Amino acid sequence: MNTLDWIVLLVTMVGIAAYGAWHTRHTNHLDTYLKGSQTTRWGTIGISVMATQASAITFLSIPGQGFESGIGFVQNYFGLPLALIIVCAVFLPIYRRLGVYTAYEFLGQRFDAKTRLLGAGLFLLQRGLAAGVTIYAPAIILSTVLGWRLDLTIIGTGLLVVIYTVTGGSEAVSLTQKWQMGIIFGGMVTAFWILLARLPQGLGFDGAAHVAGAMGKLQAVDFSLDPDKRYTLWTGLFGGLFLSLSYFGTDQSQVQRYIGGAALREGRLGLMFNALLKIPMQFFILLLGALLFVFYQFAPAPVFYNRVEWQHYSSGTNAVMFQALDEKNGALHAVKKKKIQAWLDARARGDAAAESTTRTAMLEAQAATEAVRKEARAALTAADPLAKTKDSDYVFIGFILDQLPHGVIGLLIAVMIAAALGSKAGELNALGTTTTIDLWRHFRPLAAHDEARNVRAAKWFTAFWGAVAIAFALFAGFSENLIEAINIIGSIFYGVVLGIFLVAFFLKHIGGTAVFWAAVAAQSLIFALYLLRHRFPALDISYLWYNLIGCAACVVFSLMLQTTLPAKPARAANL
Amino acid sequence: MKQPDATEPSARETKETGLPFFRSWRGVYLFVFVIFVLVVILLTIFSRWFA
Repeated sequence: MNTLDWIVLLVTMVGIAAYGAWHTRHTNHLDTYLKGSQTTRWGTIGISVMATQASAITFLSIPGQGFESGIGFVQNYFGLPLALIIVCAVFLPIYRRLGVYTAYEFLGQRFDAKTRLLGAGLFLLQRGLAAGVTIYAPAIILSTVLGWRLDLTIIGTGLLVVIYTVTGGSEAVSLTQKWQMGIIFGGMVTAFWILLARLPQGLGFDGAAHVAGAMGKLQAVDFSLDPDKRYTLWTGLFGGLFLSLSYFGTDQSQVQRYIGGAALREGRLGLMFNALLKIPMQFFILLLGALLFVFYQFAPAPVFYNRVEWQHYSSGTNAVMFQALDEKNGALHAVKKKKIQAWLDARARGDAAAESTTRTAMLEAQAATEAVRKEARAALTAADPLAKTKDSDYVFIGFILDQLPHGVIGLLIAVMIAAALGSKAGELNALGTTTTIDLWRHFRPLAAHDEARNVRAAKWFTAFWGAVAIAFALFAGFSENLIEAINIIGSIFYGVVLGIFLVAFFLKHIGGTAVFWAAVAAQSLIFALYLLRHRFPALDISYLWYNLIGCAACVVFSLMLQTTLPAKPARAANL
Repeated sequence: MKQPDATEPSARETKETGLPFFRSWRGVYLFVFVIFVLVVILLTIFSRWFA
């Protein structure tokens, strides 16, 4: 990065944060602080919902996923539009009718205090854990490739988001997210166009897409019923539906984004905006990854894309072996490039027989380069069992630093940090709100009427969670596959929380005691499935299914337990 | 729990979308669902086309 990049980065990031903090510095009404401005329109709500979900990992890891495994990950989002329709039709009107600040307040109204505390506790536990990951994930990648100090990167980005989130609460979060998403969209579209321009002359999008498709990177929809496959139409539709329903319907970091606003209509339109745009957006990011794969078929491709890690271990006693792997990769890469060109030529001639044979040769060449990449990972592990062997997260950032002009590099680094700040702000805002409303006010009911004291408490709790997230990111060790780590943590808890809410909305005869103990039993079942998955291979299923199993178990256990308990009082008949 | 306030939706607000071409929310949901199905079909065609 040069001076121009630093100017672009600092002006955009610090400018947006300062604008958000300054514009909302007088926010002292609890409603505005926790729900945002009463005049917020659907566009702001829609962008805020999108920005909260799209963390930096979305823009760092997902292109890497497209590069490595193809665009099939898009199926993970197939349940999302359906879930948002259900949230709009069922969840949102009830939240607004009750005027709640948090989703768990509704549980207290519908069931009892212990179920409300359980729902809030599960949220704080899983979101508190994920909070560390969302701040750590971009920091580890950016600090590795840019040579920044990891601790300073974590503290710098963490403090920036804490300052404006604490100052302006929900209003500052929505306001800054709008500008951050502008930077993100602008940066990603710019990167896409530059990538297309960097492809070999004459190849174009069509040729590149055919190369990617022939090499198995463009299978977006997989109809397979194999339960071992992680991303299929069915896991996306069913697992993804439950994951999205739980995330958008019951996770306070999302609920808080849409329960405010000028009217019910604004929240609904904001969610429908996401229902329409989310799949195309994820497809676009994955496609960028698949096109990066094609780019590196023609440009010099390293054997391992986390070059800092590779260089770190390639000196000393390992030098000969690592150099040999580099040379082997270079030779195989040159062969593969010729095979791809031969296939493209055969296609251009319309020679079906040659196309078939050259395609087979091209795939064999691809398998050979994959094998040498596998050898490289094994060499890293042999050099140090703790070495980071997953390099797909570094593909896009490597392309940005190597191929983009100065100024645009700063813009793309700003994209990553904007995404980190946007999602982090939504999380901190929700963690602070839930702690204030569902815990602090629950145990200090007399304080509920003192608005200024409530705002002060919410600010302190937001700052507290910011400090927890920064500390967690600084001191915890995380799984290498960060996006999956977040989804796995979410899936372990989300199903059960969703089960509680589905019982609340649809099974009116079930009371608090039944649903509380059912949720405890269902959560224990999910923990057992997760912890025993290596011991019993039959239990090693895609984590997306935890959402469905946890939810179903909670509902079924509630029905069973209710039959053994007295009928619940009719306190919540109209909820 | 605070009392329902000005943000409480009225029956009219709950039913009307304020959008041209969509009289009810059911119509909006149906439209979003149809677009979703179309997107899945297009993605399937895209996969087959470039396979």
